Amino acid sequence: MSEGHSTYTPKTGIERWFDARMPLPRLIYDSFVAYPVPRNLNYMWTFGGILSIMLVSQILTGIVLAMHYTSDTNLAFDSVEKIMRDVNSGWLLRYMHANGASFFFIAVYLHIFRGLFYGSYKAPRELLWILGCIIYLLMMATGFMGYVLPWGQMSFWGATVITGFFSAIPLVGNWIQQLLLGGFAVDDPTLNRFFALHYLLPFMIAGVVVLHIWALHVVGQSNPTGIEVKSKTDTVAFTPYATIKDAFGMIVFLFIFAYFIFFLPNYLGHADNYIVANPLKTPAHIVPEWYFLPFYAILRAITFNVGPINSKLGGVLCMFGAIVMLFLVPWLDTSKVRSAVYRPWYKLFFWLFVADAILLGWLGSQPAEGSYVFMAQMATLFYFAFFLIIMPVLGLIETPRRLPNSITEAVLEKNKGGSGHPAGATAAPQTKG
Amino acid sequence: MKKILTSLALIGLVAAGTAAIAAEEGHNAAAPTHFPINEPKEMSWSFTGPFGTYDKAQLQRGLKVYKEVCSACHSMNLVAFRTLSDLGYSEAQIKSLAATYTIHDGPNDAGDMFDRPGKPSDHFPAPFANEEAAAAANGGAAPPDMSLLAKARGVERGFPQFVFDIFTQYDAGGPDYIHSLLTGYDQTPPAGMVIPEGTHYNPYFMSGVSLKMPKPLSDGQVTYDDGSPQTVDQYARDVASFLAWAAEPHMEDRKKTGFRVLFFLLVFGALVYMTKRRVWADVAH
Repeated sequence: MSEGHSTYTPKTGIERWFDARMPLPRLIYDSFVAYPVPRNLNYMWTFGGILSIMLVSQILTGIVLAMHYTSDTNLAFDSVEKIMRDVNSGWLLRYMHANGASFFFIAVYLHIFRGLFYGSYKAPRELLWILGCIIYLLMMATGFMGYVLPWGQMSFWGATVITGFFSAIPLVGNWIQQLLLGGFAVDDPTLNRFFALHYLLPFMIAGVVVLHIWALHVVGQSNPTGIEVKSKTDTVAFTPYATIKDAFGMIVFLFIFAYFIFFLPNYLGHADNYIVANPLKTPAHIVPEWYFLPFYAILRAITFNVGPINSKLGGVLCMFGAIVMLFLVPWLDTSKVRSAVYRPWYKLFFWLFVADAILLGWLGSQPAEGSYVFMAQMATLFYFAFFLIIMPVLGLIETPRRLPNSITEAVLEKNKGGSGHPAGATAAPQTKG
Repeated sequence: MKKILTSLALIGLVAAGTAAIAAEEGHNAAAPTHFPINEPKEMSWSFTGPFGTYDKAQLQRGLKVYKEVCSACHSMNLVAFRTLSDLGYSEAQIKSLAATYTIHDGPNDAGDMFDRPGKPSDHFPAPFANEEAAAAANGGAAPPDMSLLAKARGVERGFPQFVFDIFTQYDAGGPDYIHSLLTGYDQTPPAGMVIPEGTHYNPYFMSGVSLKMPKPLSDGQVTYDDGSPQTVDQYARDVASFLAWAAEPHMEDRKKTGFRVLFFLLVFGALVYMTKRRVWADVAH
């Protein structure tokens, strides 16, 4: 799709002036107007756009919040409360930002699961997928550091627990932990460097997002059939077709986001974070933000030593390994067929994997005791088995369903069942595009 | 085959979950391992739900309870007198109320600290000079600051309740907890339960069988001049409502703005959807 020649023709004098010097209008036209997208994209493909506006929203609200925030352990908690009480619309900015982080993760998880379901990571989109995984890693670092800034009990103890992981690494562990903390415990230097990094990382995310979109525009979007675009009838122009569909998806997403901001602003948070951090008082249960819970469950599931690896290091390795799996997915999946639509067994295991991830999330919120530990161990086992056994083996032994010859054929087949489209209309995109 | 496998897997998950919950419940009444022993009672509050608003008369009564009872031990550092206009007080009333407090200020031009009457811009002064003094005067545990108490307390709701809470907009975990705790004294602990000395049994307490705070309220302790019942239950409701306001003073504004935002998104979304239908009408997809 990338090799398509630019169809942009500057119409006004200003456009011609720019086009001869720095063809920015041409870039925008080619990327967001004429850019061909598969005609069969469903609403799961609107999350890329949704994630872009969430990133912009987080950066804008974050910059204003930073104008009122003080990154000093004695002042941080009260400065956040000052935003909530005295800054004009401060409560709105802060609730948008705090819930925005959660909704950013909701969108990114749906985006990742979309990729896993439709095999969007397969050649030639491996690099696109890996850039996405890097964005996700940066998001996790940003989210974690952001949660420390209000300097509540969960901020402090979450930071203590998570930075404690690094001390499990042999030889350099303690050195890394002290570098992260700026000392031997979470304190003023920690808060200050986390604030600086929390401000920096979103711009790094924005940079990788540019690469992610660049890679996307080179290889083109995948689609629910997983069949590459073959002819012009397979695609429609980005504008108006994708723009209007993305716009509707965004509005539905923003509706749910707004419902939480205005009516359940603290639902996704933890009550303990409204208590100022107290290094002498450990909360009964230290839990991270909900979007880290599956990894937290994996971390705590390793309660046994394996040879020279003690349970702490084992837990940390499994937790990071769980994310490494995502990076390896393009090479772990051996199937020639992209989309789960045509892979009955993969589809089944995909949904079991979704259920497993949700189960791990719930287990992460429960105390690590009794039968929860065993359940977390089983769920962790399935998590890794999905990537390391099911994905490679299933691709070799599964018999996929018959694939349509093209996207257009798939669409026409689907619509044969009398969806009310006049038969002749299907040729329209050629003339419209 | 696939369907059967899926349902088997689901049944397995549910069974495992039920087993875990059942295992949790086999506990000894005299030595409970999970707190609170009793779940907080769900009360009906004027400020919950999409149309919730604070009951100003109730907030004023709650303020009275705070002033006359709670404030002897609990600070409320984040709340300024000027914000009491939310409770329906006039500027003059706030001024005279603030003036009843003594604020330690300074240094003045001569370099001395001095006491002066409070101004509307002052915050409620704390009952103790510092946290150490508060702890020393209260058996070793400093009474928590009350500014955010209604948001800083909440008993975990558990599955599936936390799913329903999204739709019922349940956000009164803090006030429910405060009300239940304040009305939960005077109960006899189960036989054999060990209550540490200097603490008081309360089955609604979140972090143990008993707490350092003795029963703070008793019937008739605070005089109401609007004819409301002068009972512990009423005091507890009023002060919990007042604390809900103290923790979230812009709640009414938030919900009002929320309605406008959701209404806009609904109308705009409907228009965009119709446009989308129109744009895609001649493209099979």
